[in-house]
Amino acid sequence: MHIPDGFLSAPVWAAAGAVSAAAVALSGARLGKTLEEKQVPLMGVTAAFIFAAQMVNFPIAAGTSGHLGGGVLAALLLGPWAGTLVMTAVLVVQALLFQDGGITALGANVLNMGLLPCLLGFVVYRLLRRLLAGTRGALISAFATAWLLVVLGAALAALQLALSGTVPLRLVLPAMAGIHALIGIGEGLITAAALAFLLRVRRDLVHPQCRPFVRGPAEQAA
Amino acid sequence: MKLVWIGLAVSLAVGALLSLAASPHPDGLERVAEDKGFLETAVGTPLLRSPLPDYVFPGIADERLATGLAGFLGTLVLFALGWGLGWLLRRAARPRGA
Repeated sequence: MHIPDGFLSAPVWAAAGAVSAAAVALSGARLGKTLEEKQVPLMGVTAAFIFAAQMVNFPIAAGTSGHLGGGVLAALLLGPWAGTLVMTAVLVVQALLFQDGGITALGANVLNMGLLPCLLGFVVYRLLRRLLAGTRGALISAFATAWLLVVLGAALAALQLALSGTVPLRLVLPAMAGIHALIGIGEGLITAAALAFLLRVRRDLVHPQCRPFVRGPAEQAA
Repeated sequence: MKLVWIGLAVSLAVGALLSLAASPHPDGLERVAEDKGFLETAVGTPLLRSPLPDYVFPGIADERLATGLAGFLGTLVLFALGWGLGWLLRRAARPRGA
């Protein structure tokens, strides 16, 4: 759901750009101190994988397709701040090199597909993971969080379109939420599959606060 | 460390090969824009000419090769950019001389 140039009014894209720029600056400042050595190459792989996976549109109902966003996945591996930066890098390259997403809409796209899923997704996932302990619980939490954040991101895009006067909210909100409720199933499956794979082969690469929750004496470790 | 290269190889395969199997149908936002009649507000308004618009490498007649190359290149660029960004941030946060 990359918004192109022309969909958003100047006040809306400027405001979204300001929020995103501030968030990216904050992410960078927060991150420098906490970023671990092994996370540096992981940032490269995560950015590469999310870019590549976003190219693979999968069919959903009635002549429509969807593709991975990847924000929640980025946050599960790298945490909310590095996740936001990686998503921003992906969206900047898509807008500059591939004309996917408008240059004026970049801030809104970072907000909807980077900042929102990385920050809110990180919080929602950790809450769910506490309720649903164990590896299976973590995978269900990842699926549900990824699904929810795709729908919320689509709702936020709908709000930006309505605020821009492009289309009335009562038309665009149900349409965007409805289609992305289907696309979100694909997002959830890919996110949970990637998490399952990493938990199996390199558990330490999953963000420490996103590993499966264990009840009992070890609880404080989470 | 080994997993980094496996991860890059998998990503390159997805970006350059699996992307050729992508559904050509419009995505969620494009579909809504078409259905609700605001798609034309974006027509002809890209403010910036990208070198590889719509994931097609320019000057290559074979459409699949052009898309595969664009995907390969983009995946490599993001691998380098993500790694470089992390490296820079760590370096900037380290106290001088440490």
